[in-house]
Amino acid sequence: MAQTLKVNGKEVTVEAEPGTPLLWVLREKLGLLGTKFGCGQGLCGACTVHINGAAVRSCLLPLVAVSGEVTTIEGLSSDNSHPAQRAWIEADAPQCGYCQSGQIMSCAALLKAKAKPTEADISAAMTNLCRCGTYGRIRKAVQIAVKLNSEGEV
Amino acid sequence: MKTDQEKNNPVVLSRRSFVQSSAATVAGLVLGFHLPGNPMRRAEAFAAGASAEKDAQGAKEANLNTWLRIAPDGIITIYVARSEMGQGIFTAMPMLVAEELEADWSKIRVEPAPSGVEFNYSGHPIEVTGGSQSIRSTWEILQRIGATARHLLITAAAQQWGVPPESCHAEQGHILHKASGRKAGFGELSTLAAALPASAIPKEPKLKTAAEYKIVGKPHKRLDTPAKVSGQPIFGIDVVVPDMLYAAVRHSPVFGGECSNFEELARSMPAGATLVKSTGAVLVVAGSWFTAKTLAGGLEVKWSKGATTGVSSESIEKKLRTAANGKKNPVAATKGEPDKALGKAKTKLEAEYSTPFLAHTPMEPLNCTAHVKPDGIELWVGTQSHTLTKIVVSSVTKVPQEQIVVHTTYLGGGFGRRAESDVVLQAVEASKAVGKPVKLIWSREEDVQHDFYRPASLVKFKAGLGEDGLPVALTASIASPSIMKRWTQFGGVGKNGIDGTTIEGLADFPYECPNQHVQAAIVDTGVPVGFWRSVGSSHNAFYVESFIDELAHAAKQDPYKFRRALLEKSKPRFVKVLDTVARMSGWETPAPEGRYRGIAIAESFGSIVAEVAEVSVSADGRPAVHKVWVAIDCGRYVNPDTIVAQMEGGVVYGLSAALRGQITLRNGRVEQSNFHDYSMLAPHEMPEVAVEIVESGEAPGGVGEPGTPPIAPAVTNAIFAATGKRLRTLPISNHKLTGGKPS
Repeated sequence: MAQTLKVNGKEVTVEAEPGTPLLWVLREKLGLLGTKFGCGQGLCGACTVHINGAAVRSCLLPLVAVSGEVTTIEGLSSDNSHPAQRAWIEADAPQCGYCQSGQIMSCAALLKAKAKPTEADISAAMTNLCRCGTYGRIRKAVQIAVKLNSEGEV
Repeated sequence: MKTDQEKNNPVVLSRRSFVQSSAATVAGLVLGFHLPGNPMRRAEAFAAGASAEKDAQGAKEANLNTWLRIAPDGIITIYVARSEMGQGIFTAMPMLVAEELEADWSKIRVEPAPSGVEFNYSGHPIEVTGGSQSIRSTWEILQRIGATARHLLITAAAQQWGVPPESCHAEQGHILHKASGRKAGFGELSTLAAALPASAIPKEPKLKTAAEYKIVGKPHKRLDTPAKVSGQPIFGIDVVVPDMLYAAVRHSPVFGGECSNFEELARSMPAGATLVKSTGAVLVVAGSWFTAKTLAGGLEVKWSKGATTGVSSESIEKKLRTAANGKKNPVAATKGEPDKALGKAKTKLEAEYSTPFLAHTPMEPLNCTAHVKPDGIELWVGTQSHTLTKIVVSSVTKVPQEQIVVHTTYLGGGFGRRAESDVVLQAVEASKAVGKPVKLIWSREEDVQHDFYRPASLVKFKAGLGEDGLPVALTASIASPSIMKRWTQFGGVGKNGIDGTTIEGLADFPYECPNQHVQAAIVDTGVPVGFWRSVGSSHNAFYVESFIDELAHAAKQDPYKFRRALLEKSKPRFVKVLDTVARMSGWETPAPEGRYRGIAIAESFGSIVAEVAEVSVSADGRPAVHKVWVAIDCGRYVNPDTIVAQMEGGVVYGLSAALRGQITLRNGRVEQSNFHDYSMLAPHEMPEVAVEIVESGEAPGGVGEPGTPPIAPAVTNAIFAATGKRLRTLPISNHKLTGGKPS
């Protein structure tokens, strides 16, 4: 089945079984490999992308159910210039790095929804798992990203 | 955009091939040279404080190595033949090279070295990233690489300027001639340096002393962070090979079972899909992974009986207990007359402790891309050992090692799981069956249910305290499945019938006690076991540090001071680490209302780590870990920020296991399947972690694993302080706790 999607600002037509989760369409059909497979059950968040700016776990979302514009980590910036990416670099958050695309996408969605999130907002938005235990640095990175984001607005 | 193949296969020439070709092929210095001596043995001598020269005699030369490349624009690429799985060696190892090279750190780049024995540091045919030994075993080798390159650049500059090399020196990526004020960048000199004859390579390049370090020992940001925040396809799972198919695996739910209706199932495959028989599994190859996985999941496979048929966690526990109760198990350590001393002791204690099987669950599911071609095999995999991968594939396929190429990618977590080659062999089988490159990816369910688990184990302790409350005797009898039985390449089970990994952190009991006896029995359970972050110390620190806490309580002494008194005479490094964590945590001041502290210390992989956990237990019995203080003495170190990160990560890894990590069996099958029932610590549970490095200047120790062992006992000891309940089995979630102070 062919379906047209808008991904990272571009219209694309993909041929895939309608039940195929968006994650595998992005990775295998569109070559957008920054979005990761972690659990396949929506439990870990490694597959987090944006649909119309909101964080969505793409491993359970069938292609047919995708309505709206999809943004992946590759669409955040081409040069690590997004406030979340800059913040992640400043906090030197990653270890193995595998979950970090998803973590960054969750943070980017939070910044979009709330320019000045409270600590509780951060806790509610940042629920992705990390086996390396980088949560402390991710927290710091989100706080830096909030700051960078508000500076960018000025 | 570069293809993955190009990325994973950087243009690298050894010095020999470089010299044979021409300077026009690759401009700049591509440095390769012999490292005299057997570096592995030398590393040990180094760790023991001996000089490298002592060992050089009679040692064979390592192969010609290509270690770094200096481009005309001054960019220095350092090739690292160890695997980056998050532990930070792709930064720390280049730091050691850059230090001696006198490089400008901003010009340093890092790339994984291509496979081949010429990239071994050890000279041993098997090069493994594990055992927290990357820095320990390569420190001096990396220094020599940097120093040799610096020497060649100085020689080149001196020749160009017609001055004696002694009058030149290197500084921040330049060679300077002070007297004349001349200065040239490494990039400007690299082509000239590359053209120098092999005789220009110094046998013993001058190395810096620690006091001269500018890079080593100072915090540096990771070189791999930019790639990891941009979503670049750097992991094995991201590899794309033209014309590639995808495979999913379905294992026998009972370990060792085989598919008995393969032909029938193979015929049922739809067009475009192929079923492949593997050991204890079937593989489905199809045009997309989701298709392959869906087909694999839908198969009505008939499985034969296997090694764990009828086995349950309860039956394994019984087996372990029976073995631990054995009177004449192999002896790991003994001194004095423990039985006699126990008989005379004023206070006697006995306790049984046990811990479950644990899965590794790295975030990146296991995967491997294989291309079996008529003239050889090409593999792309995030492995902890590219050499072992090659050896195993060669021995199974009978394809000579020279015809096998392994491209090592970044690893999305390893923790010991990626030292195994099971997924690689399956990918090879799949590719061979379809005649095309195949990327095999395991689902998370297959990963949780078909790991090489941290062994379940059980220990029986006995101890006696004297009139003064100090221990006069301690005996321990441990029973565990053996990891080393399978790893004959690394020595296997000892001649004394003991698996060294079972007793690490147990037989080397650090506390003063005149009479001791430790015995260890191997118990086969049919469940595959393997190296799990911190290996034997992951359970033994829990056993020893809980039991010592029991002794302190029986002696009516403070757990910190009790430990300290038993370490004071012979373990000065332990005392310093213990004192540091006590100071950091404010041990001698009361904890905040409703919070309780527990302490633990353990030596593993050459480092000593003490941790204090501050815990509360809610009225309905739920424990929460609020703060963890970590003090580590890892000897001389390279990147302090990496050490902090590894302590944070080690604490989280151990905490996930302590709180609720367990792999249980019923009817021979693993009961857990994904992150809902084998769950890691979630962000909202993350304690505040404070880390302090204790400076000792001793030989370098490991940092990847030593943060993990002390956390479980620190937490359970804190729970004892909070509730009066001594937890002798893990995970904590199996225990019903009640809040409030001990009565």
